[in-house]
Amino acid sequence: MTTAQTPSALNFECETGNYHTFCPISCVAWLYQKIEDSFFLVIGTKTCGYFLQNAMGVMIFAEPRYAMAELEEGDISAKLNDYEELKRLCLEIKNNRNPSVIVWIGTCTTEIIKTDLEGIAPKLEAEIGVPIVVARANGLDYAFTQGEDTVLASMAMRCPEEEPKVQIQAETAEKSERPNLKQLLSFGGAKSQDESAQPAAADEESPYVDHTPLILFGSLPDPVVTQLNLELKRQGIKVSGWLPAKQYTELPVVKPGYYAAGVNPFLSRTATAMMRRRKCKVIGAPFPIGPDGTRAWVEKICSVLEIEPQGLEVREREIWAGIDDYVQMVRGKSVFFMGDNLMEVSLARFLIRCGMTCPEIGIPYMDKRYQGAELALLEKTCQEMGVPLPRIVEKPDNYNQIQRIHELQPDLVITGMAHANPLEARGISTKWSVEFTFAQLHGFGNARDILELVTRPLRRNSALEELGWDKLVDAAHV
Amino acid sequence: MKLAYWMYAGPAHIGTLRVASSFENVHAIMHAPLGDDYFNVMRSMLERERDFTPVTTSVVDRHVLARGSQEKVVDNITRKDGEEHPDLIVLTPTCTSSILQEDLNNFVERAQMDAKADVMLADVNHYRYNELQAADRTLEQIVQLYINKARKQDDLVTQKTPKPSVNLIGFSTLGFHNNHDCTELKKLMADLGIDVNLVLPYKASVHDLKKLPQAWFNVVPYRELGVMTAQYLEKEFDMPYVDITPMGIVDTARFVRKCQQIINAQTSETSIEVDFEGFIDQQTRHVSQAAWFSRSIDCQNLTGKRAVVFGDNTHAAAITKILTREMGIKVVLAGTYCKYDADWFREEVSGFCDEILISEDNAEIANAIARLEPAALFGTQMERHVGKRLDLPCGVIAAPIHIQNFPVGYRPYMGYEGANQLVDLIYNSFTLGMEDHLLEIFGGHDTKEILTKEVSNDAELQWTPDGLTELKRVPGFVRSKVRRNVEAYAIKQGINAINAEVMYAAKEAVKA
Repeated sequence: MTTAQTPSALNFECETGNYHTFCPISCVAWLYQKIEDSFFLVIGTKTCGYFLQNAMGVMIFAEPRYAMAELEEGDISAKLNDYEELKRLCLEIKNNRNPSVIVWIGTCTTEIIKTDLEGIAPKLEAEIGVPIVVARANGLDYAFTQGEDTVLASMAMRCPEEEPKVQIQAETAEKSERPNLKQLLSFGGAKSQDESAQPAAADEESPYVDHTPLILFGSLPDPVVTQLNLELKRQGIKVSGWLPAKQYTELPVVKPGYYAAGVNPFLSRTATAMMRRRKCKVIGAPFPIGPDGTRAWVEKICSVLEIEPQGLEVREREIWAGIDDYVQMVRGKSVFFMGDNLMEVSLARFLIRCGMTCPEIGIPYMDKRYQGAELALLEKTCQEMGVPLPRIVEKPDNYNQIQRIHELQPDLVITGMAHANPLEARGISTKWSVEFTFAQLHGFGNARDILELVTRPLRRNSALEELGWDKLVDAAHV
Repeated sequence: MKLAYWMYAGPAHIGTLRVASSFENVHAIMHAPLGDDYFNVMRSMLERERDFTPVTTSVVDRHVLARGSQEKVVDNITRKDGEEHPDLIVLTPTCTSSILQEDLNNFVERAQMDAKADVMLADVNHYRYNELQAADRTLEQIVQLYINKARKQDDLVTQKTPKPSVNLIGFSTLGFHNNHDCTELKKLMADLGIDVNLVLPYKASVHDLKKLPQAWFNVVPYRELGVMTAQYLEKEFDMPYVDITPMGIVDTARFVRKCQQIINAQTSETSIEVDFEGFIDQQTRHVSQAAWFSRSIDCQNLTGKRAVVFGDNTHAAAITKILTREMGIKVVLAGTYCKYDADWFREEVSGFCDEILISEDNAEIANAIARLEPAALFGTQMERHVGKRLDLPCGVIAAPIHIQNFPVGYRPYMGYEGANQLVDLIYNSFTLGMEDHLLEIFGGHDTKEILTKEVSNDAELQWTPDGLTELKRVPGFVRSKVRRNVEAYAIKQGINAINAEVMYAAKEAVKA
């Protein structure tokens, strides 16, 4: 991995780990929508199911492509056979939904009762003829967004090693009973822009430079995928594929020696899998969040692919000019991250560049290697902006943090949902960290959307200021 | 293993935490892995609670698993004891940590040595009990703990109050319209001249539990929470209880009469009997609008309409009876997800509906609804969702709770005001009066295609397929605005073919 030097001046601490964050199985909520031919099966207890349904509020959608394999007393006491039970459920899923892949999400419970999911999956996969990917997205080892990391790290192993050479028709004839037949057939139909770009490239002069293939990993909404593809295309870089793709059947070909770059700070295991198991060269760059981060990300990819970046400085300047009204609003204000989705460092770095100060970055887990370039950029940004370095608190203690928030009185606290209303009631402005997990933040074009979220509590407060609590009552006397 | 897409009742620890955090100054420690603490999110978000949820997770991770969790759990209990000075600390595992088979009672005993607060382990089987059963059990357990403690210290208050008084049992945080029901029942009691001795567990102090026996009787309006406590108090102190749900005009009257009967049974020696008949008559005929509504021309149009009811025991049974008995609506199916208490439900609704369905499987209910094609549904959020797919109106009458069940305005389901609210809910769920006839005659609201408001563009603009694909990804409600902006940008830039690149360039240019 092309890692930047580990920054020395940054102060890392570790607290008790008594903090609130979402369970890593939450990743199901966005991954099943991203991978359109998938089915996610969460193997856990009622506690897991109720979380997805109530806290994430996602189970209510029509025809969901995910479900719980709810463990009952017989499963816990090992009276029932795991293989037979999972086979029964997966056959039901296969018959009713016919997915191209079933992703098993292991939970704390399967860890504790030591269900051998990795052992069972290959056998069952062979027996029922549907690929099964196993990810251990459990709360014993991981926090919130790291669930996606566990899924992508497993899925990285399923990326084909060679381009499929066979004609689709030939394959149809011999494998007509294959469950993912429909997906194979639709291969030639409506296509995402990656594929549609290929025939076009043959006609006119290729906009791309000849370079070692580049794979990007991280699950982003489709419009953001297009934006980042286009951003790299401006530099003549062709993105060979994304992990995950829109369809499981369209996972990109990954060969040893290919380059890979992550788009999110919580994907350290996926990076490791791409590097160690798929023998890719992982590009260690800051993450494409904010115009500064996006520029650094593109520049780093260019430098690794030995391409001279074109017009990035102008582009960054234009974006900053376009968001200047919002930047004015946050300049000089302070932001405190309680720690939730592991995107804290990237967001803090961008907000410091906008002129904010940041006394504390809480974060569930810090991979100093995978986030190395981001940490270096954070340090550099603080120096250039002339603000103190934040303290980075890994596995924070929410109770202690709230004491510090009382002392520091930051202008904005970015926090998990459990603390937002109580902090607001104490006069502290908050924004849910979850919103940054689901919003479109990446690339040049979305910088405004980040500030849209960040400034909303500030704008709301200034809208209500006219009406302060005192005047609200006074008005009644008039 | 069970393939599940939806759960009507939550896991046991949610029930325990609902009861524990309803009390004032009680702190709960959850012995659970990271992420199992979403109860805090639910309470903080749904109840719009201003205070930090008094629940702390003692996080179980790999290290704790390897080393054993006693030290950490005990540390967290004593730490919270010092930080928050609660009266009681309730320790609960979750489905996950209960498998570890640790001697949590021992943890509690160990922590009790250092803690000033009382420390208690919520004694619930996490694989056999659901949220509702666990809540019922935990409330009983807390009451028992303090009754026994008071007995030991000999300060139990068993002397009855001079005036008739009552304990209202079963109102808890994250309950379906619980706080409004509680207010309405307090009003009702005030109207009847009955003092409210204690409300449990909502905002109760554990120190007051020793005063429970001084009330003349207990009221348990919800079948799901409080019955075990009322039975315990009956056994220990011979306290009678009313378990009629005062929902709808008829059952509210039954409820009031039962209160009267219990009070008069206790005043027979002193011969100051109460008579609530006048009150019931006044409320039913003159104050409440619900009884008049049943006689009004509006309600006539509902006669014989078919409805499906599904929910928890309390609400499904009550709504079934109201629809049939008070509004002349035909309930073709009444169902409950409280499988553990199915006999009670069957008895309550028999004679009021055509079919009874006891099930936790949402697909089974959805299929029944599709088969029966009722005019309206009364169910949970899940049935509302099914209704949307089948184009059937649905009134939400029961948990699982949703942010919509925490209205800022006053919306009780119980008592006389509750009866009014229910009339509105039921009536508004059906297609109304004349509208119904007109729809039948003319076959729907919109017979013409609605013309789309597009800007006529004289410029020869073309959308490339990838441009159109991107446009389709824009949410429908802003798509035409985005389209106009992009086209305006393209015209200004002299671009004829709009592809994805142009679209995003336009987005950046308009700073949107």
